[in-house]
Amino acid sequence: MKARVVEPWLLEPVERFVRESGCRLTLIMTPAGQVLAQYGFTRAVEVMSAAALGAGIAASTGEIVRMLAEPAFQALNHQGASHGIFLGHFDSPRGPLLALVVYGADTSVGLVQLFFEDLVTDLAAAAPPAPPRGPVLAADFERDLNQSLATLFR
Amino acid sequence: MMPRRLEAALDRITRVRGVRGAMLVSLDDGLVVAESLMEGIRGNAVAALAASLATRLGRAAGAAGAGTERFVHLAASRGGLLLMPAVEGLLLVTLTDHRVNVGLARLEMQQAIEELA
Repeated sequence: MKARVVEPWLLEPVERFVRESGCRLTLIMTPAGQVLAQYGFTRAVEVMSAAALGAGIAASTGEIVRMLAEPAFQALNHQGASHGIFLGHFDSPRGPLLALVVYGADTSVGLVQLFFEDLVTDLAAAAPPAPPRGPVLAADFERDLNQSLATLFR
Repeated sequence: MMPRRLEAALDRITRVRGVRGAMLVSLDDGLVVAESLMEGIRGNAVAALAASLATRLGRAAGAAGAGTERFVHLAASRGGLLLMPAVEGLLLVTLTDHRVNVGLARLEMQQAIEELA
């Protein structure tokens, strides 16, 4: 299975992360839940649900972090019986991003965290300069979302 | 802060000439539980990779009918890595340079584990 990306510069860093970390699913998205890259998902509806839930978890955890007067939400890990979920927040030249990673018993949170650090470095190196941004309109957002999903599952 | 008992166990190993650091790692998670490392060593990277290596070697030993692993010595061009399963799902990891007396380091690792038991 190959990673699917909205913009080509994401492909190599995400594929390297998936290969080295041994994870099963990966989503790279904005804090608003707009998906930029995915690996392992087979249906668009799963991606949309996971992205919405991941963005929600990041937002609520970020708020708890703010209440504790910590600098910023960085990462969260849930260790389940057969799967673990890692949610990491990072800054990129394209702005703040989230990585939602699901991994199994054949790897570990330590490896996921380690290669997540490399992913952040690789994405920072690969990202082209951000295009100028205009005002965000609801119609634009919906069009962008539909374009992203069409690209990820074409 | 590292508990005194763990600190003492790691200090015993790092006193051996040629040892660059020692750490206790959670075998399942690959996360650092306690560490005493020289500056410049990425403890989290060593921990994650060493735990993965130990897990895979353990599977290989089991598949080969050799039983459970007791000690791993990875010899590299400028040093090495010594791994020994410790108590309660922990792995004791020792990083060495090329001058180390592996036998002495192994003995200190065994005694550190006995102290932790």
